[in-house]
Amino acid sequence: MTEATGGIDFEEESAGVVKKFMFVNRKAPYGTIYALEGLEVVLISAAFDQDVSLVFLDDGVYQIVKGQHTKAIDVKNFSPTYRALEGYDIEKLYVLKESLEERGLTVDDLLVDVEVLDAAGMARLMAEQDVVLSF
Amino acid sequence: MLHIVNKSPYENRTLENCLRVITHEDGAALLLIEDAVYAATKGNIAENLLKGVMGKIKIYALWPDLEARGMQDRVIDGIKLVDYGGFVDLVAEHRNNQSWL
Repeated sequence: MTEATGGIDFEEESAGVVKKFMFVNRKAPYGTIYALEGLEVVLISAAFDQDVSLVFLDDGVYQIVKGQHTKAIDVKNFSPTYRALEGYDIEKLYVLKESLEERGLTVDDLLVDVEVLDAAGMARLMAEQDVVLSF
Repeated sequence: MLHIVNKSPYENRTLENCLRVITHEDGAALLLIEDAVYAATKGNIAENLLKGVMGKIKIYALWPDLEARGMQDRVIDGIKLVDYGGFVDLVAEHRNNQSWL
């Protein structure tokens, strides 16, 4: 009987079903609200003990570059939060090699440890997910 | 896996960025909706984007969006057209999907 829960079967949830969730981050951090909203959803997802992966593609790689200082634009610098994800057992962070290279960046420019994947590797990782959420 | 793109190839590089991370195995599919339907048309500089993956992945375009833009007679051969019901079927048929917002 799932009518009262909007069709969500909480019995199954409590039985410990773990799905592969991927959060795809493709936007630079301050020009739009996508990056911050995505990060908040990632933090929420940590409460559900799922198999979570974060990927940074395209301008999304700018979310995790070192040296962000936002005081002068009067916006919260949320980049340190990516470093806290480890504490929530979110440790699978991936970056697309081509996205870094196109922007003249290397992993040394990033404020978190990531695994760098080429396009084929990224395609395989995406295809094997149960749920993909895009920000 | 189903990939959904909704931006014109002339506005930004979303379609190109999408195409490079589509697997060419396990029934990968691309659905073009909204302004991305311009990429489904022939006789323009964006045509080669899709020519490169034709036959490797399935490509669909949303008919109502093509028609709304007057592009219905310019569709590249081999691109399958779907209506809203077909859109829903595509989402249901695939294991997962990525919307390239």
